[in-house]
Amino acid sequence: MARKASSTRSARPGQHRNSVLDLARLTVREVNQLLHDADGGDFLIKNPRGAHAIAAGLDGPFGITIAGHVGYYCAGMNKEASITVNGNAGTGVAENMMSGRVHVKGDVSQSAGATGCGGLLIVEGNASARCGISLRGLDIVVKGSVGHMSAFMAQVGRLVVLGDAGDALGDSIYEARLYVRGKTKSLGSDCVLKDMGDTHKAELRKLLDAAGLGGEVDVSEFSRYGSARKLYNFHVENLGSY
Amino acid sequence: MCGIVGLFLKDSRLEPELGRLTATMLAEMCERGPDSAGFAVYTAERTGISKICAVARKGAVQWSQVAKRLAAAVGANVGIEEIEDHAIFKTKGDGEAARAWLIDNVTEATVLSQGQSIEIFKGVGDPNRIAERLKLSERRGSHAIGHTRMATESAVTIAGSHPFSTGEDTCLVHNGSLSNHNRLRERLARHGERFQTENDSEVAAAYLTWRTREGDSLKQALQRSLTDLDGFYTFVVGTRDGFAVLRDTIACKPAVMAETDDWAAFGTEFRALSTLPGIDVARIWEPEPATVYVWNRA
Amino acid sequence: MSGDDLSMHTPPRESATFDRHVIAEIHRAAATGIYDIRGFGAKRRLPHFDDLLFLGASISRYPLEGYREKCGTEVTLGTRFAKKPITLKIPITIAGMSFGSLSAPAKEALGRGASAVGTSTTTGDGGMTAEEREHSALLVYQVLPSRYGMEPDQLRKADAIEVVVGQGAKPGGGGMLLGQKISDRVAAMRTLPKGIDQRSACRHPDWTGPDDLEIKIRELREITDWEKPVYVKVGAARPYYDTALAVKSGADVVVLDGMQGGTAATQDVFIEHCGIPTLAAIRPAVKALQELDMHRKVQLIVSGGIRSGADVAKALALGADAVSIGTAALIALGDNHPRWEAEYKKMGTTAGCYDDWHAGRDPAGITTQDPALTARLDPALAGKRLANYLSVLTLECQTIARANGKSHVHNLEPEDLVALTVEAAAMAQVPLAGTSWIPGQS
Repeated sequence: MARKASSTRSARPGQHRNSVLDLARLTVREVNQLLHDADGGDFLIKNPRGAHAIAAGLDGPFGITIAGHVGYYCAGMNKEASITVNGNAGTGVAENMMSGRVHVKGDVSQSAGATGCGGLLIVEGNASARCGISLRGLDIVVKGSVGHMSAFMAQVGRLVVLGDAGDALGDSIYEARLYVRGKTKSLGSDCVLKDMGDTHKAELRKLLDAAGLGGEVDVSEFSRYGSARKLYNFHVENLGSY
Repeated sequence: MCGIVGLFLKDSRLEPELGRLTATMLAEMCERGPDSAGFAVYTAERTGISKICAVARKGAVQWSQVAKRLAAAVGANVGIEEIEDHAIFKTKGDGEAARAWLIDNVTEATVLSQGQSIEIFKGVGDPNRIAERLKLSERRGSHAIGHTRMATESAVTIAGSHPFSTGEDTCLVHNGSLSNHNRLRERLARHGERFQTENDSEVAAAYLTWRTREGDSLKQALQRSLTDLDGFYTFVVGTRDGFAVLRDTIACKPAVMAETDDWAAFGTEFRALSTLPGIDVARIWEPEPATVYVWNRA
Repeated sequence: MSGDDLSMHTPPRESATFDRHVIAEIHRAAATGIYDIRGFGAKRRLPHFDDLLFLGASISRYPLEGYREKCGTEVTLGTRFAKKPITLKIPITIAGMSFGSLSAPAKEALGRGASAVGTSTTTGDGGMTAEEREHSALLVYQVLPSRYGMEPDQLRKADAIEVVVGQGAKPGGGGMLLGQKISDRVAAMRTLPKGIDQRSACRHPDWTGPDDLEIKIRELREITDWEKPVYVKVGAARPYYDTALAVKSGADVVVLDGMQGGTAATQDVFIEHCGIPTLAAIRPAVKALQELDMHRKVQLIVSGGIRSGADVAKALALGADAVSIGTAALIALGDNHPRWEAEYKKMGTTAGCYDDWHAGRDPAGITTQDPALTARLDPALAGKRLANYLSVLTLECQTIARANGKSHVHNLEPEDLVALTVEAAAMAQVPLAGTSWIPGQS
């Protein structure tokens, strides 16, 4: 079958191209290579059918829409690109993301946004375990609930959850800030309820706005969680927490 | 380390499609389990005939000779169906006794399953070729569980492939790695369980058989396994009337479920489910850790 | 006044079980309530390469002349999948060590020394420094459980990628860096508050198990367009299975680190009581490769206690494609040098015994972030020292290989070796010297 004619080696820098990339006819490798060779542009990726590493390693002003469910590591290590998944995402969506925006319309699996450094990850549905694990600056807004061990060892960044949080939220957390509107099943080691001051409400408001949630969501319905900072230096009295 | 697929048909009109759908799901799991594969098909037969499936360990086995000796041992007629290197013994005699006799007396074969509905097939090598050879696509029934294997701490053998079945019409597949199976194996052997491999998953299967013999329901047995089994695991268990799913409390190993009015399905990765009819409107979710999920035909 | 005075004093007798070290450790534990943390690798005597000997030339085997008759040393890594495999001039690499555990001048020196002789260095927990990328002609970038410092631009700048499952000093433990070494710069690179004791994950955040590792490796390849070799590093625990699983997960190279492998900081009990000796790990790993028909197609790098060209030659003879050095490289830079004896004494130790690398007060300026101390390490001079040491290792290895009739160090084989002890014979699967007996094989 003839390959879709979309050779971007002929694209001049700055020229944006609209293109449909069909994973029923192209391999993930071919699609990713094409995107890596391009400077930017808007693309629709069809028939993902749960394939892995779709649109991983992008670096540039892309607008990518993926029509369907994706497998692991979609948008992994994303830089600058805006990626929308019209479906669910598997393990590690937007892992180690540096900047840009990743928007999943369905649910996400484990380790969503793992070790992310910047940008914004929005999940319309639910996230399962370890959402925001080892967060390093990424902001995550989950409109549904998050699973257990979310924000485990989260260093920097913000996690906003409109639904509930599972067991051991924020275990071993560093300086990341967590905002949860629903119920938190249990808190992890060194993670405690914190006060919601005006700066926190303002921060939360900005995050909700960025996620497309206007005035209909009331920031005062959220609780803030963060580090008690008792485990920052080893003390034998804290043995039970290790 | 592996790929698991499971399909439970709620609508009996889909029974002729069971094998074909399972084979398509299994094909998506080859990369994470390249060494070997196995599958259990529940044919939904209710004839009162016990079927004991076995596979040759190495070389050819004189199955008809074995059938004669088995008939004498259980005191009942034994029919036989041969498929590639597998054989299905069929008898109205005591199925469990037949299984035990075969394990104790026919060391050139591995006994795979025993029950009125269940049939288990296994092979070494590329899972797609195994499915083809053993005609998975043509099989029909109410539910099926398939498994592709990447062997971790034991050898790549047919016997080491999943599903493991140690009890009537029951089988188990496992993704993960147990850490206390050696002592548990010894304990279960003292309770009368027979082991044919060094595999940790076989221990999990035997554990469930033992617990159900002790009077636990499947749900209770799986609940109890959370305390008694140590390590990382996602289990999919097949019974005569349905199947069950359990993930350990840490739940690192992946698991995805999907359900429609016509079927419930399990896959280690979503792409195994992506080929099922109606997946676009299915409810898709991930099983919670330490929670037993059970589907049963009434 | 007789020489047979019955009240004559008997000399004090130390217990082998509760010796002075053990007693001091129990006192220390009782005083502090915390386990002992230190750097360096396993210090106790273990079966090692010293227990093996090469046979050399004899009437049945002829040696090669030095100089004129070449003995090749180059090795190519990443031939399985990478578009750009890397070729090293010598079969010795510098192991992963972090900026953070080591000072910036130390990392620069390692880069200078390795590049001078045509080999690679490796980043560690905390990511890639600009100095290291600038001074290392070939740089391997580690992907660790913690992911400190991990980012795609660095991944793209690397020559190879090393997914770290574990290391020999602590198979199952994560990185450890104590507050005194978390300077502003280290803290910034790791996105951590300054001065805290870093806690590290021991499992990767987004995959567990070889089946999911396969998918992770694919992602890393996708991000880097399949250009770079992917290594999988594991501490020596179950080398036969681990090697097979690394191959099945799609590795180009397997890195196996024995229990003698060093660390900058971890619990002493972890170092001394977990992981198996390097000598015991190599044959099982090679067997796994051979059974999968992957020996020499997936390359094997061995580390953990490599000290001389004899060790290099023995590791290669047992089937490795290359070795990696960590502790030895630091010593070449100047770690534990007698010139700092006065300072070692003040710390209660002595040159040759200093292992408090976690404390960040290294007089040699290597395992510290203190600017006053790191200023003592001139990266150009130290780099030259490392280059000299690597050259010596290579020449020694070639000398041995030529004496055994080999025109390339890769042609060294187990049949060139014998063992001095039963343990070494069993572990290395070579006969006890003067016999044809290999314990465990009839």
